[in-house]
Amino acid sequence: MSQRVLDILSTRFEGAILQTHGQFGDDTAIVDPAQWKAIAQFLRDDSRLAMDHFIDLTAVHYPDREEGRFEVVLHLRSFDKAHRIRLKARLDLQDDGHVHIDTLADVWAGANWFERECFDMFGVVFEGHPDLRRILMYEEFEGYPLRKDYPADRIQPLVPFREEAQGKLPPFDRHEGMPFGRQTHDHRPGGRNLLGFEREDA
Amino acid sequence: MEPLDIELQDGELELPTDPMLIQMGPSHPAMHGTIRIVVELSGETITKADVQIGFLHRGFEKMCERGDWTQCFPYVDRLNYASPMLNNVGFALAVEKMLGVTVPIRCQHYRVVLGELARICDHLVCSGAMAMELGAFTPFLYFTKAREIIWDVFEEETGARVTHSFGRVGGMADEPTADFKDMVRSGLPAVMALVEDGEKLLLENRIFLDRIENVGVVSREDAIALGWTGVVLRSTGAAYDVRKAHPYLSYDQFDFDVPVGSTGDCYDRFMCRQEEMRQSVRIIEQALEVMADDGPINIDDPRIVLPEKERVYNSIEGTIQHFKIVMEGVKVPAGECYSYTEAGNGELGFYIVSDGSGTPYRVRIRPPSFASTQALSDMIVGGMVPDVVPAFGSLNMIGGECDH
Repeated sequence: MSQRVLDILSTRFEGAILQTHGQFGDDTAIVDPAQWKAIAQFLRDDSRLAMDHFIDLTAVHYPDREEGRFEVVLHLRSFDKAHRIRLKARLDLQDDGHVHIDTLADVWAGANWFERECFDMFGVVFEGHPDLRRILMYEEFEGYPLRKDYPADRIQPLVPFREEAQGKLPPFDRHEGMPFGRQTHDHRPGGRNLLGFEREDA
Repeated sequence: MEPLDIELQDGELELPTDPMLIQMGPSHPAMHGTIRIVVELSGETITKADVQIGFLHRGFEKMCERGDWTQCFPYVDRLNYASPMLNNVGFALAVEKMLGVTVPIRCQHYRVVLGELARICDHLVCSGAMAMELGAFTPFLYFTKAREIIWDVFEEETGARVTHSFGRVGGMADEPTADFKDMVRSGLPAVMALVEDGEKLLLENRIFLDRIENVGVVSREDAIALGWTGVVLRSTGAAYDVRKAHPYLSYDQFDFDVPVGSTGDCYDRFMCRQEEMRQSVRIIEQALEVMADDGPINIDDPRIVLPEKERVYNSIEGTIQHFKIVMEGVKVPAGECYSYTEAGNGELGFYIVSDGSGTPYRVRIRPPSFASTQALSDMIVGGMVPDVVPAFGSLNMIGGECDH
């Protein structure tokens, strides 16, 4: 971690760096969410900083706060200079039940999946993300499990069979895949062929 | 078989021209993780690939918010089940960083030795499984036999073969056994002999080499932007090893090299793993040399470390101390910290937030294989279906940590 990075950032983005601190040796800057992408771009491209190594992106939910209840946390590292920094942006829920912030997937390719995970777990919508789908949970999952107001023992509803196989996600239709149980090779009416379909000649 | 019932005339036979959608996984015989790769084929060339993970998601981060700090150890064990000891130590170091304590030097060496043994296990599993999926079953058996020797050491030390839960905040669960050094010293040559044997079977094998050379190539710049760390990053020529770049424990006292590749293909990743095992052996030998035979393993702080059982049962102070730690948990000062170590697959980071109580407010794990697996679709597009297997195998995607 490096204090120098914070100094350069504070001079360049004077109004956008809301707060800095260096807890436990980790230097952190809390930034204006509107400048999130511009700051990220600057961190990567400035030759004094050269933060080209994407490390981590996640979020933390603080429901007890008055405002800024969601923190998006980004960890970066410079490969050549070996310094690190943590960026945080404080956000709140919008009317649609999501948190909105700019995507960094076009700044570092590695942000892609980390942002998808963050969306999946916290409902943070990354504006401009190329492929913002759930990644660890399934499409029909209700709620965002790592928010503090999601009870750990909540039971999810059963997912019905999908009518259309979009990108082939489970659960499949009963005709798909291998049938269970022993095959029959008899030709009685109602017999099934190897794929489990009913015989057409029956 | 019945005769074909269609009259074939020239020009009337309709061949399908749509791209073909094939699903590999989530339980595929040629791949060792629960992962689904939906590939779109034109002929045998992959034109599009969608890698879907999450089949092993167990809500590890949510579960950690329900117990105390020490109760996270069994969970972190199950992140990378090929090298649980490295996860244990990584998490212990993260909490110790927030507490501002450093374990005694004997414990540091002990953690280094156990961690490097686990790293050898991790690489053995990866190289062995990758070879097996490419049809070379025998080396896998050699590597598994070698791993068995290391697991015997772990069983002797921790009582468990795989998920040890042996790390503790401020030390380890127990002291090294009296035979520890002898077991490691006598076991390592046998392990390395088996590694050499297995390696010879592979590196003299034309089929194996043809299938991994120039397959799954990733450039250095791409790898860095993708957040790759560990062996997969070093195979591209970028020499970043947390043990060298940001030394923790007693790694700065030991002399070892960081092997790097040149092209970043599956062959380089395989060779880097093999060489790292030899470097791990070097570290272990040096660490055993300097590790003291007696001395404290745990730090001396009654707020963090459980007292001796004898004191618990025979003195009121001991009973209260034990009760406070077990019932309330270790009190970690409020704040946030990011701590990172070199695990089997790369930089294993823990971003932990504490509100000052005995229960973690948030435990975020930064799994190294999550970052590497997201490059898989780009690696296999343009290649052929058989190339998926070595590309996936050499990334060493571990479901436990990748899916959280």
